[in-house]
Amino acid sequence: MKALAFAATLVTGAILLYGTMDFPAWGDPQSPAATHLASYFIENAVPETHVPNLVTAVLGDYRGYDTMFETVVIYCAGLAVIAVLRRSKKS
Amino acid sequence: MKEVQARAEALKVGESIIIQTAVRILVPFIQIFGLYVIVHGHYSPGGGFQGGVILGASFVLIALAYDLKYSMNYMSERVNIILGNTGALIFVGTGVLCALFGGLFLDYAALDALIPLGPVEWRSFGIFIVEVGVGLAVMSIMVSLFWDLSSNGGLDEGL
Repeated sequence: MKALAFAATLVTGAILLYGTMDFPAWGDPQSPAATHLASYFIENAVPETHVPNLVTAVLGDYRGYDTMFETVVIYCAGLAVIAVLRRSKKS
Repeated sequence: MKEVQARAEALKVGESIIIQTAVRILVPFIQIFGLYVIVHGHYSPGGGFQGGVILGASFVLIALAYDLKYSMNYMSERVNIILGNTGALIFVGTGVLCALFGGLFLDYAALDALIPLGPVEWRSFGIFIVEVGVGLAVMSIMVSLFWDLSSNGGLDEGL
């Protein structure tokens, strides 16, 4: 069973490594990831939001919905820990 | 000197007068730095999450050097939970307010109808409001996670 699992891991890893050969070169400006939205943010984020830090502009404004639910996830994690662990003196 | 010796003898096992004094001097600077990281997120790496963790770490440091009860003199459990709820509500409330004033959800430019600053300035200022909310929520959750996990939920002595 262990040999079978090891073989499955090796085959999956080899397929994944073979798949990376189709990736664009690292930092290639013509890659799809760099031509779709990144150029829009670089050109327009500062005139549109007046925030010199592009990361903050994208995080707080363009992707605000995502950041809101990140906060909600942390909040829910805290509430869950309080709900499970916290006990009052009386009980 | 007599007074210092008396204080040192009154300490419990694992407590050190050197560490306690160092922490007491360091904590205000750590908190100022946390506020700086939150507020300066527009211009440098940082923002609500990172600054909130630094603020939370200052209270964890007090709880480690003294004990849980002493850290609650600085911020009680009730205040902590109220701050966490306020932080999450600031974020969601800003989004709802934008929708109420005729924009999309979290479209800060719509708040221009409330206080006329200009839509571009409002997008910058809206990010700042939201970052403060994130900072408050993260700080409170970090501190309450440490309090509950380290004292098994009883919030008495702690580590």
